[in-house]
Amino acid sequence: MNKTLICINCPLGCAVTVTIERGEVTAVTGNGCQRGAAYARQEILAPARMVTTTVPVTGGSLAWAPVKTAAPIPKEQVLACMAYLRTVRAQAPLRRGDRVGEFAGTAIVVTRDIEA
Amino acid sequence: MEHRDLIVIGGGPAGLAAALAAREAGGEDILILERDRYLGGILNQCIHNGFGLHTFREELTGPEYAGRYLDQVRAAGIPQQTDTMVLSLTPDRTVTAVSPGGLRRWEAGAVILAMGCRERPRGALNIPGFRPAGVYTAGTAQRLVNLEGQLPGRDVVILGSGDIGLIMARRMTLEGAKVHAVAELLPYSGGLRRNIVQCLEDFGIPLLLSHTVVRIEGRARVTAVTLARVDDVRRPIPGTERTYPCDTLLLSCGLLPENELSRGAGVALDPVTGGPVVDQDLETSVPGVFACGNVLHVHDLVDFVSEEAALAGRHAAAYLRQSRPAGRRIAVRPGAGIRYVVPQYLDPAASDGPVTLRFRVSKPVGRCALTAAQNGKALLRKQRPAAAPGEMERLTLDPALLGEGPLTVALEVEA
Repeated sequence: MNKTLICINCPLGCAVTVTIERGEVTAVTGNGCQRGAAYARQEILAPARMVTTTVPVTGGSLAWAPVKTAAPIPKEQVLACMAYLRTVRAQAPLRRGDRVGEFAGTAIVVTRDIEA
Repeated sequence: MEHRDLIVIGGGPAGLAAALAAREAGGEDILILERDRYLGGILNQCIHNGFGLHTFREELTGPEYAGRYLDQVRAAGIPQQTDTMVLSLTPDRTVTAVSPGGLRRWEAGAVILAMGCRERPRGALNIPGFRPAGVYTAGTAQRLVNLEGQLPGRDVVILGSGDIGLIMARRMTLEGAKVHAVAELLPYSGGLRRNIVQCLEDFGIPLLLSHTVVRIEGRARVTAVTLARVDDVRRPIPGTERTYPCDTLLLSCGLLPENELSRGAGVALDPVTGGPVVDQDLETSVPGVFACGNVLHVHDLVDFVSEEAALAGRHAAAYLRQSRPAGRRIAVRPGAGIRYVVPQYLDPAASDGPVTLRFRVSKPVGRCALTAAQNGKALLRKQRPAAAPGEMERLTLDPALLGEGPLTVALEVEA
């Protein structure tokens, strides 16, 4: 069975065709780079997404800090991750990369510097 | 009046990259003017990931991408003034601005225009109906959600499938709103393919191509939006109307380069891009005034904005050392299937290396070739598996190869 996916790794959006035989990926074509091949395999076997949102900041020059999951998480857990992120608070000062929480083993990190 | 060698108008991604490149090219006396409280421009509200794969070889969010440049600007010690709105620019490069400290005026040796763009508002769209609260441009909604912590509505319809609209469809959904549909007037989306996948398909949000808003209901607040299918000349087809009860309509219907200052300075504008007409150095028709980023033409990738802006910065620094005499000008023209090309002129003698032509095709096509030809002779030919107006194309050419006569960029669709 062949399945065509749009690679979401970068804005080029390559149309990647994956051949699946007995639940296994046996070939990937149409990818512009190695990341595309990895994405296509992952998307068939265990799709994952980055989650980005904001969390409230106390004592900062800004009231909200943008955050992200440090790595993609399983796609079906995105909404559960959002529910968890609604409980997270951050304290200024903050530097990009500071860890403000953890969801299912994946760190939640701040993506903007915020002064106290 | 105070003198500055180089004034950069706008501290978003274009202004930051231009200022840094000008400094690296030997520009000493640089000042960045930014009207917002913070540098970084629109990247500050683009909290999603997907930036920087070309520039930094990793996938960053908007604030992280801006942060990388802000760190470099700080390390280089380039002066900046935020909360400062430039009011006018004259042809002799006098810059007048207002800030909390009052009115300021500078005389600049060179100016880089990096003011960016703004969204096409409701008033420019001819949507009938009342004027209730609840109609926002997608970028305004993005600012409210991501910077101000306010959700502008709970039941949403989006008109226009530009990238900001697609990104906001996902963002509003993650924040608990219900996005009923994204309607697009054209038979194809102007957004990036990956955004259609990860912002709409992931959440089961329908994309209705060849559809538009024919009615907005509600007096104080939007209560419903009616969508209809349109025919091939974009007229709504009677009988295809469907009404979506909702409290919010987001508009993602195109971006317009913000060139009021350029116009005031007498900078010639290209009617198609809405931005200045420039040569290969990104110098406008006014000597010593350069342009880059979304004020020049609307980009889809910030990485390409940074690259283009660095070019403007390097050439502005070179101009400060020695202004270039006007040389031969070869016009660059959009040919069959091409909407516009930037730069609009090339001076082969002045070029210090290959020149990148940036352009967009007029409509989506499959397998094709992008060509650059002079006097009917092809100089370049690049094969592409597909091309779409939402994705900027580039051709790089050595101006030394050029003879006389206009250079035409064209699209050849392969059968």
